[in-house]
Amino acid sequence: MRSPLIPEMATQEVQLNETLAHLKSESESLKSKLEEERAKLHDVELHQVAEKVEGLGQFVMKTRRTLKGHGNKVLCMDWCKDKRRIVSSSQDGKVIVWDAFTTNKEHAVTMPCTWVMACAYAPSGCAVACGGLDNKCSVYPLSLDKNENLAAKKKSVAMHTNYLSACSFTNSDMQILTSSGDGTCALWDVESGQLLQSFHGHAADVLCLDLAPSETGNTFVSGGCDKKANVWDMRSGQCIQSFETHESDINSVRYYPSGDAFASGSDDATCRLYDLRADREVAIYSKESIIFGVSSVDFSLSGRLLFGGYNDYTINVWDVLKGTRVSILFGHENRVSTLRVSPDGTAFSTGSWDHTLRIWA
Amino acid sequence: MQRVVLYIYACAQIEDIVTQMQEETEGVPIRTVKSFMTKIPSVVTGADIVQWLMKNLAIEDPGEAMHIGSLIAAQGYFFPISDHILSLRDDGTFYRFQAPYFWPSHCWEPENTDYAIYLCKRTMQNKTRLELADYEAENLARLQRAFARKWEFIYMQAEAQVKIDRKKDKTERKILDSQERAFWDVHRPVPGCVNTTEMDIRKCRRLKNPHRVKKSVYGLSEEGSQSQSPIHIPSHQGRKGTKEDVEKEIHFLNTQLDRHCMKMSKVADSLVGYTEQYLEYDPFILIPDPSNPWISDDPPTGTWRLEKWPSQQRVKKWGFALEEALKDPLGQDLFLRFLESEFSSENLRFWLAVQGLKKMPQQDVAQRAHDIWAEFLAEGAPSSINLDSHSYERTNHNLKDPGRYCYEDAQDHIYHLMKSDSYSRFLRSNVYQDMLLARRKVREGSLVVFSVVTSQRLSKTLFM
Repeated sequence: MRSPLIPEMATQEVQLNETLAHLKSESESLKSKLEEERAKLHDVELHQVAEKVEGLGQFVMKTRRTLKGHGNKVLCMDWCKDKRRIVSSSQDGKVIVWDAFTTNKEHAVTMPCTWVMACAYAPSGCAVACGGLDNKCSVYPLSLDKNENLAAKKKSVAMHTNYLSACSFTNSDMQILTSSGDGTCALWDVESGQLLQSFHGHAADVLCLDLAPSETGNTFVSGGCDKKANVWDMRSGQCIQSFETHESDINSVRYYPSGDAFASGSDDATCRLYDLRADREVAIYSKESIIFGVSSVDFSLSGRLLFGGYNDYTINVWDVLKGTRVSILFGHENRVSTLRVSPDGTAFSTGSWDHTLRIWA
Repeated sequence: MQRVVLYIYACAQIEDIVTQMQEETEGVPIRTVKSFMTKIPSVVTGADIVQWLMKNLAIEDPGEAMHIGSLIAAQGYFFPISDHILSLRDDGTFYRFQAPYFWPSHCWEPENTDYAIYLCKRTMQNKTRLELADYEAENLARLQRAFARKWEFIYMQAEAQVKIDRKKDKTERKILDSQERAFWDVHRPVPGCVNTTEMDIRKCRRLKNPHRVKKSVYGLSEEGSQSQSPIHIPSHQGRKGTKEDVEKEIHFLNTQLDRHCMKMSKVADSLVGYTEQYLEYDPFILIPDPSNPWISDDPPTGTWRLEKWPSQQRVKKWGFALEEALKDPLGQDLFLRFLESEFSSENLRFWLAVQGLKKMPQQDVAQRAHDIWAEFLAEGAPSSINLDSHSYERTNHNLKDPGRYCYEDAQDHIYHLMKSDSYSRFLRSNVYQDMLLARRKVREGSLVVFSVVTSQRLSKTLFM
């Protein structure tokens, strides 16, 4: 502490520090009390209740398609609602739209920046959104005319003060939800670029987000480098629930299909399941032999399987209810950076630092 | 022993494992092996490493152990003594452990000047085992061109290094030489091998060495080695907790304490129940009918074929919850027709109109909000819905400054009405039961009309 010019300032500063310390201790005691209260309701473990559930058989999941064409690490991908098209983005600045079924490239856009970390397909299938180190999220309408220059029709929608880590259309082409290295999430009106709502609460970079699947809900979950997963009310901008049990960055969050729970994947090499009604972590998916971080997670249609893409180049498939690993898939030659199950649940796609995407079924 | 806390979680885990592997009693057996006229000091076999990993990391499959072992090797924590390619083989191949000085956690980013010195010094030593590989010879040639002007300096540094090395004990030199080579195999990998030093740019800022200031392996100072990487912008190290932040947190915690939560047993039953109910719809669990399009390699089939008549399985799903019926365009249409027969379709049409409102561009919201009021809530509205007075008051108030959420209360109320009242009657109704039991009352031709009409109706704004 520098020596102040005026003695009163010293006293004020000391008082402020005391107040802050007092508040912090109040906060800590509330946290303990909250943990105590929640623990009272923790009368059984999920995997114990799941003992009565029939075990899953052996899985044969293979790469069914390999999409080659990116010149550098694939960072993100998203499915189109038509269940066969995919948009992917890469460190080389390219965003490609594929028909994953035929493996044909249908569109390609070159972004003005490298590290395009986020991309998303519009619900109508008529546009894609992407962004990354440019700190923006831009929307490109997809033209049927292959010769048309997509870049010319680009629309800048979101503006953050640091990298764009994730983006997602809400259930319409007209709104986009974004998360950023600047520690915030934001909801934008696509047509005007207007900021509709911002979400403050993370203490560090926000790395991922997912919208609740409900037709009636207005919430989403985000995960960040502060090890927290926060659930937000899109209408008010308020954080309504918060979970902090991971030991490192949360790279991916995904809702369980009923919307009552969500899974997270972290650099601490674990995936976890949090239930919103219990307001608690209810399962942890980990193994001694898994020591590399999880980059991306997604559920199968029924919520019985959780797929995790890892930094050790593999995909681990977990039995969500029993907590055991049912399969490990090899194939990629570098980190798996992104993973999404197709809209009809018949396959999942992975993108990797080995420059390729793979479709698994 | 205090160790620097690494944000790179995997690094810390690997270092623990590698340290355990070198333990006297519980580690991998490290030996000196006699070979021809010489001794190979301080080696382990690949098979021993695989065995150790399987035992200590509870791995059942040797393939898995080899995979994780190869990754640890690729990061440079142990290496084959006779090869530049850092992977683990489950056989008698000899491996050696890397010196902690060279561990990745020290955030090495060695400059090309260091690499040039290293390659140069290798050419000064007359040992066949130290001969440059083709790619190394190419690298050296390229570096000679790039550093043409200061090659004399580099040559001198290389000579100095050779002098230092000569002073060391023969066995120690063998070990150090190999460790140094393995270091360079990590930072200048064989073409085609994964460069494990590549970083996720989002995580770079919080590294121990955020400015990526490059230190020299051979103790060179300044001489152009303190360049700051342009990508690594120093930025906020996480917001510090201000008084307001903590006050907000306290408020949040108090709200959470008031929250009524469900017991784990109930939650678990619910998760199990949901998953069991939807299991038959999960293509990863039950092979879809007729096939999984990705596996059968037919042109789009099965679930992708345009359905003329929904399958029984699909119709059954509409009975799980109102939300499922509304999610499916066919289900939604059937429910609407049922409500029409009960003269209460305005409820669903209102609900759909509000859903539409929320999806509109911002500039169109106000007008549409007023249109909805006129159609459903105003005095003498053509499709008048029944709201409780409280919701009515609030909605009326919201309309003064209409936003996309101004009908939330009303929409919730109507939804609950449909769910608790109409929906259960719908499930018992003839229209639904007929479709569920696939009692076809019309001919094939009309069915095509049915699905076409449905999509047309749904694409219009439902303001009938």
